[in-house]
Amino acid sequence: MKVSRRHWLAIALLAGVLGTIAWAALKPVQFASREEVFEIPKGTWARRMSGDKVEILPAQIRLTLGVRDVLLLRNLDDVPQVFGPTIMMPGQSFRLPFEVASSYTFACTAHLSGQMTIVVEPQPLSPWARLRWRAVSLWKAVA
Amino acid sequence: MRTLILLAALLSCATSLRADDASTLKAGVFEPARAAPDFTLHGSDGSALKLSRYRGKVVLLGFGFTSCTAVCPITLGTLAAAHKKLGAQGGDLQVVYITVDPERDDAARLKKYLAAFDATFIGGTGSEAQLAAVRKDYGIAAEKVAGPDGSYTHSSFVYLIDREGRLRALMPFGHPAEDYIHDLKILLAAP
Repeated sequence: MKVSRRHWLAIALLAGVLGTIAWAALKPVQFASREEVFEIPKGTWARRMSGDKVEILPAQIRLTLGVRDVLLLRNLDDVPQVFGPTIMMPGQSFRLPFEVASSYTFACTAHLSGQMTIVVEPQPLSPWARLRWRAVSLWKAVA
Repeated sequence: MRTLILLAALLSCATSLRADDASTLKAGVFEPARAAPDFTLHGSDGSALKLSRYRGKVVLLGFGFTSCTAVCPITLGTLAAAHKKLGAQGGDLQVVYITVDPERDDAARLKKYLAAFDATFIGGTGSEAQLAAVRKDYGIAAEKVAGPDGSYTHSSFVYLIDREGRLRALMPFGHPAEDYIHDLKILLAAP
């Protein structure tokens, strides 16, 4: 049986897709840093005073154990800011590690709702969990 | 012999550096650490409660109220367990708990309530204005809930203040006593 050029292309494409899925499922999820960084830029207070409703933090932050499980907040503004769970002085940072997968709610005046939720998900250890984690991350990046 | 002494000195330096390595704390760490704002309130022991009174000790500073049924009993129970497990090391630890409910929490009530967890815990109360000023300095939220029981919602974390009176870290609600012990050993090991 003679395989046409079009079939070879389809086979190569299929092999590529399967290879990508296998890589995504088998390669452990790792980054150089486990910190998820959020910063209050300089001038934020002045912008707020002028009536600009600046949102610094998302209402919900998602972290993943063993991958991105450290929240790093930095106040680069010139005034103290209630940021996340606490007050931070100008130039100060706050580094909060998480070790338990759960949902954490903090009072936070940076949000109109007055609270901030941090969802810490379990470490993606199984092939299916890694695949799902990468698919969700890809979806968030392109959405 | 000289080599051995040199090695011991190097090891001692390395140990002391490691002993106060804030990046290893289980709690959230402030960098750079700032001086913990001082305050003067009515202490549950009958004297004026000033934070600076405890310079040289490691202080765990929390906020709550004696009628709290959800957060405070768990936090105070955890702190009491940590203090007990630290044994002799816990001698340089002071828990300070400041009320957000000055209407009901006078010094005597605070003393009785805290003694149920640990007799060494000190409570702080004062006028609404005094307490509001302290909460502002520490970024603490507290709000009275409408209803007959006069309950409050309030920040549930605990600050860790080092021997030099610096606000080093913040432990969110829900951490077990073992996490406090881990961090307190690091802070208490510092001279």
